[in-house]
Amino acid sequence: MVQPPVADLKPEALPNSDLPATGLPGAPSLPPPVQHQGASSVIRGAFTDAIVSGLLTGLLLLPLVGFRATESGSGPLGLTYRFGLVAVFAGIVAVLRLVLNLTVWRRGREVKVGEGPSAFATLALKAAPALRPAFFSFAIAYPFLAILLSGGLSPSRYWVDLGIYVLTYVMLGWGLNIVVGLAGLLDLGYVAFYAVGAYTFALLSTSVPVNDFFAGHLGEGFWTAWSFWLCLPVSGLLAAFWGVILGFPVLRLRGDYLAIVTLAFGEIIRLVLINWVSLTNGGAGISSIPPISFFGVPFNATDEGFAAKYGLDFDSMHRIIFLYFVILALAALTALVTIRLRQMPVGRAWEALREDEIACRSLGINTTLTKLTAFATGAMFGGFAGAFFAVRVRFVSPESFTFMESAVILAIVVLGGMGSQMGVAGAAILLIGGMEMLRNLSFLKADFLFGPDFDPSLYRMLIFGFAMVAVMVWRPRGIVSSRLPTIFLKERKAVSATLVKEGHG
Amino acid sequence: MEVFLQQLINGLTLGSIYGLIAIGYTMVFGIIGMVNFAHGDVFMVSAFIGLICVLLLTTVIGMSSIFLILAITLVVAMVFTGLVSWAIERVAYRPLRGSFRLAPMISAIGMSILLSNFVQVAQGPRNKPLPPMVPDVFVVMERNGYEVTLAYKQIIIMVVTATLLAGFWWLVQKTSLGRAQRACEQDRKMAALLGVNVDRTISLTFVIGAALAAVAGVMYLMYYGVVNFADGFVPGVKAFTAAVLGGIGSLPGAVLGGLLIGLIETLWSAYFSIEYKDVAAFSILVVTLIFLPQGLLGRPEVEKV
Repeated sequence: MVQPPVADLKPEALPNSDLPATGLPGAPSLPPPVQHQGASSVIRGAFTDAIVSGLLTGLLLLPLVGFRATESGSGPLGLTYRFGLVAVFAGIVAVLRLVLNLTVWRRGREVKVGEGPSAFATLALKAAPALRPAFFSFAIAYPFLAILLSGGLSPSRYWVDLGIYVLTYVMLGWGLNIVVGLAGLLDLGYVAFYAVGAYTFALLSTSVPVNDFFAGHLGEGFWTAWSFWLCLPVSGLLAAFWGVILGFPVLRLRGDYLAIVTLAFGEIIRLVLINWVSLTNGGAGISSIPPISFFGVPFNATDEGFAAKYGLDFDSMHRIIFLYFVILALAALTALVTIRLRQMPVGRAWEALREDEIACRSLGINTTLTKLTAFATGAMFGGFAGAFFAVRVRFVSPESFTFMESAVILAIVVLGGMGSQMGVAGAAILLIGGMEMLRNLSFLKADFLFGPDFDPSLYRMLIFGFAMVAVMVWRPRGIVSSRLPTIFLKERKAVSATLVKEGHG
Repeated sequence: MEVFLQQLINGLTLGSIYGLIAIGYTMVFGIIGMVNFAHGDVFMVSAFIGLICVLLLTTVIGMSSIFLILAITLVVAMVFTGLVSWAIERVAYRPLRGSFRLAPMISAIGMSILLSNFVQVAQGPRNKPLPPMVPDVFVVMERNGYEVTLAYKQIIIMVVTATLLAGFWWLVQKTSLGRAQRACEQDRKMAALLGVNVDRTISLTFVIGAALAAVAGVMYLMYYGVVNFADGFVPGVKAFTAAVLGGIGSLPGAVLGGLLIGLIETLWSAYFSIEYKDVAAFSILVVTLIFLPQGLLGRPEVEKV
């Protein structure tokens, strides 16, 4: 929707009307009228703006930061006051705006409006061929680097765990990327498939009848050793099956409505998991899931164990490192399948569907089938990731599958630039790794900063939400916002994502 | 019969609250075509502002007239929540207007996360209980020892909702602001050409929606007497369901949908299972969107190439 210029040229009554509007697609590309103002009027304007925005910030923060309803034992709530904090925040905003108004946002400064890919995108494009091999070789080398740098197996545990955690989200991001990035279907309930995968594995691996069945035919202990490897495909298939079941009714919906319905499905599945106590053990979750084995060889200290069999000293880190490579392999599988599918008719149909559904239908593409395959493929990788989650944590409960998870995964896909695999991987590393890093900011507890009561991890989600808004305002198309067409005439040209409309699926 | 009557009263009370929130969703969707994901959290923020205001009036100033307290709290919550919503639109949505469709939605999800975590950090993660404000009840009928009661606070909720809706209706139908709003809803570009300040109208739409959500927030606080930072999500989704059920974009539809959702929820809890009441609400959302996407009172969407 192109905005009428009339509304934009009107002198705004509000002083802080010059929010950075650089390069917004669809916004009128008229540069702001260059006004040769005297230096004093610029400064006066900047000061007024700073004071007004400072006052506004103060007013906004006054009720909930200035006052705090505090519990005093079992008695009624009391109030504590923190007006100083409000003043500090208001001051910060005022000074920040003053500085920005005098430098970056100065009226009359030339605003660069590019039609083609931005400098950032050009850089990304130049580096693109090397990016994927670089990413994977770093990912393979990562646990060894962690062991070398932290000096020994046990101290590296934190870093390898972090790697597993990030890679899980990379894989989830790539899985959702098929649905959102390639097929253009906005799915806010992706975590449902993650949950289906995790619960499938959890229920099957702890199921007594299944264990007894295999114990009768293939020997005692077979199911404990092999359950993950046998359940992994089952989890994926079941998740894909659920993808089709949930995908079927929503075929007619588009855009926001589709998002809301998938959100509702995600919540329904979580609520059922909570309330169907006889099957899922409700909110208490399922524990004592058997650990992963090295293709049947358990990671334990016995003579049959992994360490004894391969002549190593037993260390619990072997299992963790193996888990790391399993999730890396699963993520690589997701990436590989996506790349191959994009070359195939079905992948091309997804991308066509994303660009224009009506044109797609009039060209004879079966949109029903196309949408369903996208849902099912995405869901299958979600199911794989879910089974992996269950075997890593060895405990599943509905707590792990809230809407927040879906929002985080979607944020990774969108912030990474929908459809771009390396962008998604980068966003996952940035967001998840960054959020984990916030836990480590213990230097902020120093007395001269925030004091020992300060808990940086409380602010993780706050910063996460803020980052989501900020990145959207700054680069609505995500970090990597140009894309390479998979099919082309004579020459492969990058298409700036601003020229493509999407999200109408 | 008695159970039904009692649940009818409870359902209408709950439905009034949902209806007030649903108007915010439906207005914003009507005017800029986005689902304002943060609206449920704006509602939660308003309940917290109400809580602070009540505490300020009772413990610090020592006011005792409950109606005066409620009236002042309502006004304060409406003003501050309107301001919050204005700032949100300004910072998170306006720069994305005219961008691709998913951008404002993602921004709104981020805003929703930001708001609930802001309240968690600023006010603490625990439930905030208030002493019961209007405890008196009024017995409507009694049979076989089962009393059907109508609490005074339920009466207050229904009366306040009805009054505000009447005022709101007048605002949309009779004032120049309402006319500008309806014009923007029909054709934003044309409205701008005819001299309607589109940006201001959209800002005011957000403010009005938030003010109504603030009324719902204060009523919620008074009715349940407790509020938590995570209380925005589920009422938000239910109010959105109400807006969709009534036909998104239609104001009477939002109120009707709210009342229906409130009734369905309480009756479902009474006759089927209380555990699955949220599942029922979400299922209604899914079924409505699939089989009746235009809702009860909405206009069917025409697909243009």
